[in-house]
Formats: sequence, structure tokens, C-alpha cells
Amino acid sequence: MNPILSATQSTYAGVCLSIGCLRRTVVPMIDLGAIDVLVLGAGNAGLSAALVARQHGKRVVVLEAAPKHMRGGNSRHTRNCRCMHAEPTAILTESYPEDEYFADLMRVTGGETNEELARLVIRQSVHCPEFMGRYGVRFQPSLSGTLQLSRTNAFYLGGGKALVNEFSAAAERAGIAIVYDAVVDGIVLDGDCFKSVAATIAGVPASVSAKVLVAASGGFEANFGWLEEAWGPIAGNFLCRGTPYNTGKVLKSLLACGVQRIGDPTQCHAVAIDARAPKFDGGIVTRLDCVSLGIVVNKHAHRFYDEGEDFWPKRYAIWGRLVAQQPDQIGYSVIDAKAIGAFMPSVFPAFRADTIGELATQVGLPADALAATVSAFNDAVRPGRFDHTILDDCGTEGLAPNKTHWARRIDTPPFFAYPLRPGITFTYLGVGVDATARILMADGLPSQNMFAAGEIMAGNVLGKGYLAGTGMTIGSVFGRLAGEGAGRHGRH
Amino acid sequence: MAVIDPQPAASLADEGARQMTICNACRYCEGYCAVFPAMERRLIFDRHDMGYLANLCHACGECYFACQFAPPHEFAVNIPQVLAQVRTETYRDFAWPAVIAAAFNRNAVGTALTLALCIAGAMLAAAGFSGVGILTLTAPDGDFFKVVPHAVMAGTFGFVGLFVLAALVVGGVKAWRSLGETAASALRPAAWGEAIADALTLKYLSGDGDGCATTFLRRSQARRYAHHLTFYGFLLCFASTIAGTLYHYGFGWHAPYGLFSLPVVLGTLGGIGLVIGPPLLAWERRRADAALFDRGHDRLADALIVLLFLSGLTGLGLLVLRGTAAMAVMLLLHLAVVMALFLTIPYGKFVHPLYRLLALAKYALERRRPPAHTLGGD
Ligand SMILES: Cc1cc2nc3c(=O)[nH]c(=O)nc-3n(C[C@H](O)[C@H](O)[C@H](O)COP(=O)(O)OP(=O)(O)OC[C@H]3O[C@@H](n4cnc5c(N)ncnc54)[C@H](O)[C@@H]3O)c2cc1C
Ligand code: SF4
Ligand code: SF4
Repeated sequence: MNPILSATQSTYAGVCLSIGCLRRTVVPMIDLGAIDVLVLGAGNAGLSAALVARQHGKRVVVLEAAPKHMRGGNSRHTRNCRCMHAEPTAILTESYPEDEYFADLMRVTGGETNEELARLVIRQSVHCPEFMGRYGVRFQPSLSGTLQLSRTNAFYLGGGKALVNEFSAAAERAGIAIVYDAVVDGIVLDGDCFKSVAATIAGVPASVSAKVLVAASGGFEANFGWLEEAWGPIAGNFLCRGTPYNTGKVLKSLLACGVQRIGDPTQCHAVAIDARAPKFDGGIVTRLDCVSLGIVVNKHAHRFYDEGEDFWPKRYAIWGRLVAQQPDQIGYSVIDAKAIGAFMPSVFPAFRADTIGELATQVGLPADALAATVSAFNDAVRPGRFDHTILDDCGTEGLAPNKTHWARRIDTPPFFAYPLRPGITFTYLGVGVDATARILMADGLPSQNMFAAGEIMAGNVLGKGYLAGTGMTIGSVFGRLAGEGAGRHGRH
Repeated sequence: MAVIDPQPAASLADEGARQMTICNACRYCEGYCAVFPAMERRLIFDRHDMGYLANLCHACGECYFACQFAPPHEFAVNIPQVLAQVRTETYRDFAWPAVIAAAFNRNAVGTALTLALCIAGAMLAAAGFSGVGILTLTAPDGDFFKVVPHAVMAGTFGFVGLFVLAALVVGGVKAWRSLGETAASALRPAAWGEAIADALTLKYLSGDGDGCATTFLRRSQARRYAHHLTFYGFLLCFASTIAGTLYHYGFGWHAPYGLFSLPVVLGTLGGIGLVIGPPLLAWERRRADAALFDRGHDRLADALIVLLFLSGLTGLGLLVLRGTAAMAVMLLLHLAVVMALFLTIPYGKFVHPLYRLLALAKYALERRRPPAHTLGGD
């Protein structure tokens, strides 16, 4: 046990109960009481697990790195979860059968998935809305809104922060202690048995032990040091779209303690977002939807990829990687006045000028090179009928690379430019789990008392690629399983 | 093209547009109320758009608590607050004559109370000069018109009423134009039917049946019911006055009316509504998260709440005391408060039903039109 702790009021021999700080005298700071189930992370997965474990009568404590007003991890940035269903419901249209769901998953992951776990997630996903609804989460009726996903995805009324608010309130009502500003720095195992965690609670080092651990602390997308280990120095130029608190400390510690490792650290979900977005937490609104309406150039003002390859929503997720591969990890989307009104304006002001040369100077691109690229592009545009709602016949000829759809001459001032950077959404490296959410050890055998849910184990299902809405579904399904497992722990 | 920085902007119009541009890129709140679907029909937001959206908002709080970009996030999105600020501005912009509105905005509660006191004082003085022994006058028959002759009462209120009506018509026309609507579009009954139904039931305060969330996650219908008490209380009082006028002129029946007569029953029920509803509304506002509100808007709301409450209280007082010596004073007080209420109608929070109704009508009209632009999917 950590020497700076005082163990008092123990009802469980050997379990550390109260956390204090030793500076000569021991000052008890927070009394967490005897803990049956210790959950790390108060996002969708962690709170789901905590609520279920609590229903089994366990004493549950959740340690959350963020202060209260920043709680909810990446879950607070989400808007929906993908749910299988056999017939239309109040919140989902038509049907979305298991085989179609699985085929979609196979397509995006290129087969890099654990079929047993994937099918488990899919079958259980049918219960997600009901489970969430039980704790006060509300959904949008299926017909409202402009999104085409209302067949496959259930949308939370108010989005993910509303979900987190409801779950947190339900947890408090149920008597679950959520400790904010509690960063877990490391995990202490004895072989395959969880003992305690070393944490920093409100700036004070502490050790917290419990009978069962549920790790639900997300990936390591906010840890730029680790991202650089995986990606090299270019990762320094990435932006993190979600919470700054998903630093992967728990993941790293578990992997170092002999837990099975799943996935590849370079696999992540990344999109191209406005380069002026904040380093963290810019969320959904930093996206830029005008790529397919113009051209995208790198810092040398050269084009590097077919901007019109497919509908933007289908290509959205590849542009993160594309921009990451460019020098200095920066790109610029250039459009002219014709494109205005056809896409959602960015929340950041566009650079705007009456000539391409001026525009280049404003954004810091070589003016001659940009003018040459634009005029070469304009010359290569073949006549066609522009229609942004179909894969139209407006393409270029003789360029490397060509733009295959929606190619229109960039000739109508004013001209606009938006800078682009890779925005990382989440990472896939994780811990191995079985179909009960139990963490597996490196030898493939189940650990004694450790479970994982959410992003920290999503790599079991998503080896690579991404299917919109599966992040929350995996968290919900495995959160419930982890809560069940933790809730039944010690019972025969 | 909106050129908007996500950092807080200098002017209110720009700040509103900045926040709306963030919402429009997010749209997570589209299921909460009419503000968001209306926003989604736009790509840029000028001050007219902002006025429209502001008058669609009921400050229920949901979108603030649900916002991942709410302060202390650097995007600092607080829709109910910025819309309350814009709403206050629209009341001022549409008011006629503008000078009075400006004065009223400076200190609404103070102005309202001073006004009521001045009117009461003037009436007492006038009564004193005219030789009515007002403070000693007993009218066991409870005949108000011995204190203030009917013609005087009807004349003054008729005059003030017409002035208020004119001011409201001017305000309404200004608002309708600002909404970008025309005289022709004002003549679409279906849209009005929908708007009026939404307004009368306070649809958007029902929170999908769960009520309003102004106190973080403690949704309740309290605000809606308090508003119903206030609004219908006022309407009943108004109806009581109409009934009295009808009795007087139509049927030649003269006051005082019996306890179970229409004017007295309507007035009593309405008075009870006004005595209970406004304080409850004030209480709900105090209980709510302060971040949802705007001080300027609060002052207007407070003035209205005080005047409505006092109207109800003095009205009921009059009913109870109408057979006693205090009747005359009570009557003058009541008339003064009601007069102050009427005079401030065009310049304070009292206009909100008008602008809200117009905004809802615009919303109903707009929904019948095809969207201005289509966006790619998510
Ligand atoms: C902008 C954006 C939009 C998205 N939209 C969607 C969507 O619409 N649908 C969807 O399915 N998925 C979406 N995702 C993905 C989704 O956010 C994740 O898959 C999901 O939130 C994971 O849930 P979780 O509970 O595992 O992790 P999180 O919600 O991230 O929770 C992890 C928690 O652990 C805490 N934590 C981390 N480290 C520590 C530590 N050392 N000690 C203590 N606590 C710690 C964090 O503070 C955090 O609160 C989106 C992601 C982003 C960034
Ligand atoms: S209030 Fe916040 S969560 Fe809601 S739509 Fe606006 S930006 Fe999105
Ligand atoms: S506060 Fe309520 S009524 Fe106002 S915009 Fe937000 S959700 Fe709509």
C-alpha cells in the first residue's frame, strides 16, 4: 500500500479506505469508504458499468480525471449510437438487421475484428436505447433532423453531454460516488489480480483499492508524447478533437502489467478539421465541409488527392490521414464564390480575397505556385452538369491527381481558403477482453477481477476504420457487461 | 459569408451570430425547441434573424446544460443568455415611441412603481379637490362610481387602452417586417392556428412532457403552470372588465354586481391567478441557474411580475373591502396599479406574447416553405 495513505474505518481487512496526505501528519482528505467496484473514467462506458454494478448492491466509486464541469470524456462530444433493430421504432426508421450491421463493420474494418465480440455488440445494441432511457437519456424522434443516419443510429436529445448529465445524476441518486479531479496514474496488480490504483485526487497523491476494477478511461488520443512515439514527430501537429483527459495512463499501466494488448498504436480515427481549432475539445464544430467543392493544396500549393472521389461524408475520415502525410501536416481548402451556400460555414472565418494571389499571401502560401495550381486545375476542368447531390460528371482531365466529381473552375471572386489539420478523434490500441468484458492477460487467460469497457477496449471490435455510432454502442454494451461482471463478482 | 471568430464578439448582434454559427455546425440541440430547426434554415445570422430566434426561445435551459461548448469552454456558448439579451433588444427596437422604451429599460421596476404611485397620488389629490371625502367615504353599497364616476373611469382607460393598442400595433408591424414577412403572409390562417395553439399551451415549456430544466436537471412543469396561472389570470381579469362593460352599456345593469355575477366571478378567479402566478414565476426564476438569464431582461420581467401581482392583490382587496370605508382608497390604488400596468405594456416584458406569437407564426409559415438550402449529410 502507498505509504502516504492512512487506512481507517476499514470494514474490509486489507482494503484502503480513506485517502490522506502525509506531510508529517496524516490528514485524511477524502473518505471513500470500503469499495467493492472501482470504475476508472466517468464517460458513457464507465457510468454504464457503475450503474449496473450498483444495481447488484455493490459499493461503487468512480474516479474521473476531469473536474466536474469538464466531465464526460469524449462521450460528451457524441450525438448518437448505432443500434440493430428489426422494425421501425419511435427513434429509428425501417430496420437494421444483424447481418447488415455486421457486413458494414466488416467493410470498414477490412475484417480486422473479433467476430464473436462484434456480433455480441451488434445483438446487444438493440437494448441500448432502452438501457440509456432507463436513466433519463432522451432521444430525438426518428423523423426530425436532416441527418440520413436515422435508420441506423439513435440520436440523443441534446447530444452526448445531455447523456452524461443524465447518467451522472442517476449515478448520484443511486448512491454512486463520482470523484472528480481524480487522475489515476498507475494500476497495482498481483499477478492477474487487481489490487489498487495510484491516483492524484485534487492534486494529492493517493492509493485506492477495491475488490473489482472496471477500466473505462478511454484511449490515449490526448497524449501527444505517446502519439509521437507511434506516429513520429508529425503527431505534434495533430489536434485532439475530444477531451484533454484521455491520456492513456490507465491503458499504459495495464499493458505494462501483463495485460493482453489489442490493436496497433498508429490506428486511430482522424479527420481533417479547421487548423485553427483549439488543441483539445474543439468537438464536432471544427469540421470543415467544403473540401469536395474546391481544391485542397499542401503548403507548397500543390494538390495531393482527388477531392471529389466520393460524397464528403464517406471521405470525411480519410482526409485526416491525407493531411497528416503532407509536409508540416497542413492543407488548405480553396473555393470560390460559387461554393458559398452549399456547405455549412466553418465557425472560423474564411480567408478571403479578390484574387488567388492575394489569397495565397494571406494564408502564407507561395502566390505563384497557387496561381499555377489553380490555373492548371481550371484548364483541366471538363464540361459537365454540376450537381453536388449525386456523383456528377464534372471532372478534370490530365491532372495528377484528377478531381473526379464536382470539379468547377475556381474563377469567381471572392476566393476563400480554410486551413486544415488532422484532428484525431480516438485511438484503437487497447486491452484484450472476453465476451463478459473481463480483461484478458497476455497469455489469453481471463484476469481475476478486472473488466474493461469503451474506447479502452474498442480495438477488439474495431481493428481499424470506423462506423459512425459504434464508439458509444461498444461503450454501452461492454459497460453493461462489465457492470454485470463486477456486480456478480464474489458471488457463487 | 459569415466571417465569425469563435471567440466572444464585441457587439451583441455579432455575438449572437457567432454562437449561432457554432450551433449550426453542431445541431445537437435540434430536438429541443423551435429555435434550432429555425436556425438550420439559415447559414448566416443578421440581427433580424437573431431577433426571430430570440423570440422563439423560452429560456428553458436545456440547450445550455447540454452544451459541450458552454463556458468555461473557450467557445463560450450560452444560447439562453445571448437570446435573452437579444430579446430585450427587440422589445426596445420595436417599441413605440422609442424614448419611453429607453427610459423604461433603464429602471423598469422603479419606473413601474413610481408610475403607479404617481397615478394613485394624482387620483387621491383630484378626489380631494373635487370635494369627495374620499378617505372617509363609506359606500355600503360598494358603488365604485361614487368614487370615480363611470364616465371618468371608462374615458381614461379607454384612452390609455387605445394608446397602448396603437403602440402594440406599431410594434407588431415593426416586428413582422423585421421577421422578413409581408402583409400577404400575415393572412395565412393555418400558420396562425398553429402558432396560437403552441402559444396558448406553452408547448415549448412542456419539455416533451418533462417540463422545463431551468434548474439543472430538475425538470418540472412548475414554470409552465405558473405562467398559465399568470396569463389566464390576466385574461380572466380582462374578461371581467369586458363583462362589466357589457353589463353597464349593453344591459344597463349597474355595479356593484353580486358575488356570483359574471364580472365578479371572473375577476375573483383572475385575481387569484395573478396573486399566485407571478410570485411563482419570480420564484422559479430565482431558483434557476443564473447563467441562463440576462440582467436587463430580468429587470423587465420583474417589473411585469410586480405590476401583475399588485393588480391582482389590489383587485381582490377591493372585492373584500368594497363594503367598508377603505373601499375608496383601495379602488384608487387598484386603478393606479392597473393604469401603470397598461401604460408600461408596450415598453416592458408585457410585449413578449405579441413578439413570441409573431415569431411562432413565422416559424409555422417557414415550415411550410421548402428549406432555403440543402446540406450534405453528417
Ligand atoms: C467530436 C467527437 C464526436 C464523436 N461522435 C460520436 C458519435 O456521434 N457516436 C459515437 O458512437 N461515437 C462518437 N465519438 C466517439 C466516442 O466519443 C467514443 O467512442 C466514446 O465516447 C467512448 O466512451 P468511453 O466512455 O470509453 O470514453 P470517454 O467518454 O472518453 O470517457 C473516458 C473518461 O475517462 C477519464 N479518464 C481518462 N484517463 C483517466 C485517468 N488516468 N484517471 C481517471 N480518469 C481518466 C476521462 O476524463 C473521461 O471522462 C465521437 C468522438 C469525438 C471526439
Ligand atoms: S447549444 Fe451547444 S450543444 Fe446545443 S447546438 Fe449549440 S453548440 Fe451544439
Ligand atoms: S433555452 Fe430552451 S427554448 Fe431557448 S433555445 Fe435553448 S432549448 Fe430552446
